[in-house]
Amino acid sequence: MRLRTIAIALLALLVCSTALTQDRLRMSTTTSTENSGLLKVLLPPFETQCNCYVDVISVGTGKALKLGETGDVDVVLVHARKLEDKFVADGYGVNRRDVMYNDFVILGPASDPAHVKGAKTSAEAFKRIADSKSTFISRGDESGTNQKEKEIWAAAGMTPQGKWYRSAGQGMGEVISMATEQRAYTLSDRGTYNAFRHGKSDLAVVFEDEKGLFNPYGVIAVNPKKFPHVKYDLAMKFVDFITGPEGQKIIAGYKVEGDPIFFVNK
Amino acid sequence: MGSLSQSVVTALSLIFAGDREVYAAVWTSVSTAAWSTVIASLFGLPIGMAIGLSNFPLKRFTVILLNSLMAMPTVVLGLLVFGLLSRQGMLGSFGLLFTPKAIIVGQSLLATPIIANYALSSVRAADIRILPTALTLGAGPMQSFTQLTNEIRFGMMAAVIAGFGRVISEVGVAMMLGGNIRWYTRTMTTAIALETSKGEFAFGLALGIVLMLISFSINIGLSFMQEEHQP
Repeated sequence: MRLRTIAIALLALLVCSTALTQDRLRMSTTTSTENSGLLKVLLPPFETQCNCYVDVISVGTGKALKLGETGDVDVVLVHARKLEDKFVADGYGVNRRDVMYNDFVILGPASDPAHVKGAKTSAEAFKRIADSKSTFISRGDESGTNQKEKEIWAAAGMTPQGKWYRSAGQGMGEVISMATEQRAYTLSDRGTYNAFRHGKSDLAVVFEDEKGLFNPYGVIAVNPKKFPHVKYDLAMKFVDFITGPEGQKIIAGYKVEGDPIFFVNK
Repeated sequence: MGSLSQSVVTALSLIFAGDREVYAAVWTSVSTAAWSTVIASLFGLPIGMAIGLSNFPLKRFTVILLNSLMAMPTVVLGLLVFGLLSRQGMLGSFGLLFTPKAIIVGQSLLATPIIANYALSSVRAADIRILPTALTLGAGPMQSFTQLTNEIRFGMMAAVIAGFGRVISEVGVAMMLGGNIRWYTRTMTTAIALETSKGEFAFGLALGIVLMLISFSINIGLSFMQEEHQP
C-alpha cells in the first residue's frame, strides 16, 4: 500500500536527520560579518580544527547581544563598543577581545543633492541632509550601525523626524538596496558597501575618514557562571582562534573584488 | 527584464550541477515540512473528525475558533514559540531554539488548524448516516469507522496537502526559530530572504524557482495518490 511507502520514506528522513551529532558552537553575529562573506572563509578552518560546527545566527548587533543575555548562544561577534561593555559589565559576557575593524561611511547619490561632500564632520554631514530634507534611510533595528547613526544625530544636536527620514528596520544590504532605489542617503559600514559597489549599487561615498566613524568588532564569550549550559571551552577556543595568528591572517587577507573588507589590529 | 531568464538558467544549473549548499537547504526545507505535516496530521485529522462527528455545547464556537486559527500570522506564532523555546522560556532547558526541531515545532502548530479544518469540512460533507447505517447492517464500531474513513479519504488527503503547502512555503517560523544557520537550519525560504538581503536578486529568484519546482512536484505527487483513492 502507498501509505506504507510514505511511512518508510519518513522513517528514513528521521534516521538521516538525527545522524549529525557533532559538537555545535552557537554564535550570534551582525549581518555585516555574514553578508560580507568573511565567515565562509573564516569558519571552515576552525571547524576542522575543533571538529565541530559553528552555527551562525546573523542578526543586528542589538539582537545578537540579546541572544547572549538570554543564554541562547555561546559566543557573540558584534560591533557596538558601548553596548558590548555594558554586556560584560552586566555579567552576561566574559573575555571581550578586539577582533578587527573597518569604518563607517556616509553613502548618497553621486550627484550629492545635499552637498554633503563639503562637510567637515559627520555631524555636519547629517545636518546638511536634514536641512535639505534629502531622503535618509535608517537601519532602525538597534544594530551597531544604527547605534552609530544615533550617536551622530546626537552629536549634530537633532532628533531626525519627518517624511525624509525613513526607518527601514532591515539589514544593511536591504537598506543599501533601498537607498539605491530611492536615491537616498544612508550610513553603512565600509565592508557591506564594498560588497555592494560592484554592480549592485551606484551610491557613492559622500563622507569618510573621521575618527568618530571607526568601527571595531569584538568577540565575547557568554558567561558560564550565569548560564551553566553554554559551551564556554569551545567558545574560548573560537575566541583564541579568531584573535590568534591564523584567524587574523584570514581576516586581513579576505577581499571582495580586490577590496579588503576588514582590517586587523597590529 | 533580463534577470528572469538569467535566474531560470541559474536555477537549472543549481539543480543539475548539484550545488551542495542548495541541496542542503532543499533537504532542510523538505524534511522539516514533512515532519511538521506528519505531526500536524496526527493531531489535526482526529481533532477535525472528532469535532465534525460529535455534538457538544460549544461546537459552533470551536469551529469558529479553528477557522480563525487558520489565519495565524507566522511571525506571531514564531514569536510565541520563540518565547517558549528560548533558554529563558518554559521549555528552554531542552535547548531546541535554532535547531531544525524548533522549526518543526513551529510549523506543526501552524499546520494543525489548517489540517483540522479540512478534515472537519470533509467529515461534514460526507454522509454521516454512514455510521448508523453500517452499525445497523451489523458492522462492529471499528468496521463502521473504517468505512467512514474510507469514504472521506479524499478530503483527508486534501487536508494533508494543504498543510504541507502551508509549511513548505512559509518563511516567518523558519527564520525566527531556525535562525537561518548555514548547512543546518537554512531552508529554501530563508535562503531566498538572505540572498535578497545581500542584493543577489537573480540568485534569490533562482532559488525561488528551485523551491517552486520541488514543492509543486511534491504536491502533484500527493494529488496523484489522492486521485487513486477516489471511489
